[in-house]
Amino acid sequence: MEPQLAVEADALCRRYGRRWALVDVSLRLARGAALLVAGRNGSGKSTLLRVLATAIRADRGSGRILGHDLRSHTTQVRACTALLSHASYLYDALTALENLRIAARFLERDARDAALMPLLELVGLADRAHDAPVTFSAGMRKRLALARVLLKDASVVLLDEPYGQLDPPGFRLVDGVVRTLRARGATVLIASHQLARAGALCERGLVLEQGRLTWQGPANDLARSSGLEAAGLEEGA
Amino acid sequence: MRQLAAALAKDALLQWRGRVQAAAIFVFGATALLLFSFAIGPSAEALRTYAGGFLWLALLLSSTLTLAESFQSEMDERALEGLLLLPASPRALFYAKAVANAAQLVLLGIGLLPVMIVLYDAGTLRIPGLVGVIALGAAGLSAPGTLYAAMTSQARAKQTLLPLLLFPLVVPVLLAAVKATSLLIQGDPMGQLGSWTLLLVSFDLVHWSLCGLLFGRVVED
Repeated sequence: MEPQLAVEADALCRRYGRRWALVDVSLRLARGAALLVAGRNGSGKSTLLRVLATAIRADRGSGRILGHDLRSHTTQVRACTALLSHASYLYDALTALENLRIAARFLERDARDAALMPLLELVGLADRAHDAPVTFSAGMRKRLALARVLLKDASVVLLDEPYGQLDPPGFRLVDGVVRTLRARGATVLIASHQLARAGALCERGLVLEQGRLTWQGPANDLARSSGLEAAGLEEGA
Repeated sequence: MRQLAAALAKDALLQWRGRVQAAAIFVFGATALLLFSFAIGPSAEALRTYAGGFLWLALLLSSTLTLAESFQSEMDERALEGLLLLPASPRALFYAKAVANAAQLVLLGIGLLPVMIVLYDAGTLRIPGLVGVIALGAAGLSAPGTLYAAMTSQARAKQTLLPLLLFPLVVPVLLAAVKATSLLIQGDPMGQLGSWTLLLVSFDLVHWSLCGLLFGRVVED
């Protein structure tokens, strides 16, 4: 029987040197659900997503993605997750199309131009397919990184600051992508400061403060109930 | 095998895009050979005696530049982490990178051969043998070099750390490569070439096996 929970975390802890970036964070997320992860800069949002994606290991605690243990089944976890990270994971010396082609080859997907161009069209980069990311703006790099995430067709998608560096059409692109992912049954975790925008796409939310989970509840109630609105961390505040 | 093919295609493309850098490294190697020849002086016999040693010294110094450079693009935007999360096999990534680095060193060595022959009066008809020794020696440098380049790529003092870690480890490879090269240039009346070549092959096998096993541990968090 397939596990009903897409993401399980039990008392996850992670430290960088002497500083604990994540302290005893536990969460459960059902398949197909979407979770907004909120908090100030340095609160541990990216660390949580990176631990769940197995980009870094938890120093303590345990976690499972679709029933696969983060520590002992790293390859299986990686096969079913996709992470949009602060780093773009792109090669600056290669073109946008070549970057996607490399990822497609490793994923054993169709790596022909005809298969990859629709993705670049989706993120608005079709006319820059043969340009290197080094010539792109930060927002365009984010769009290409998003295309790379979508190429994977993962069951659990972890989006770290997906709205960062994007223009308003880019915001709408991310909204559309999240809706499409959810429509096909993917589980989505969004770490963002755009509480209202991202909250509208998620049903659950949590707040981290200095690496600790301080609030959990409905995403549309997050800004008001968690105290982030009062602290001036709601968008536009 | 598909992962290895994908990694090889990626590294070949990256090296092709970085060919200007490769040309600069060739100039560096040729300049090193020229400077070493000044140290020997005008004696044709002495120059010929030390030609093999200086060729490998130039290759070793150049290799630290190519090896460090080969991981720069992997670290700039955490591209290597991105591949590991796909998930790409660390072993496939290592062997592709090591093969690409070895190929670049072989080309560099072949490019430096005529420079050495001219500067050191080291003309020989055993060019295919020399190319073979260069290939074996380059393989012996590239496997541990790729491992240590990955290890030091995020360190602040990587330019210093890489040679510090690499040079002691490749002494046996260097010794065997220098001896084999010198025997090919000066002649091999005692039939020692086979033994040195065998030693070179043995170290290559050990380095390629061990480094392939260790690479996963080096690049994972």
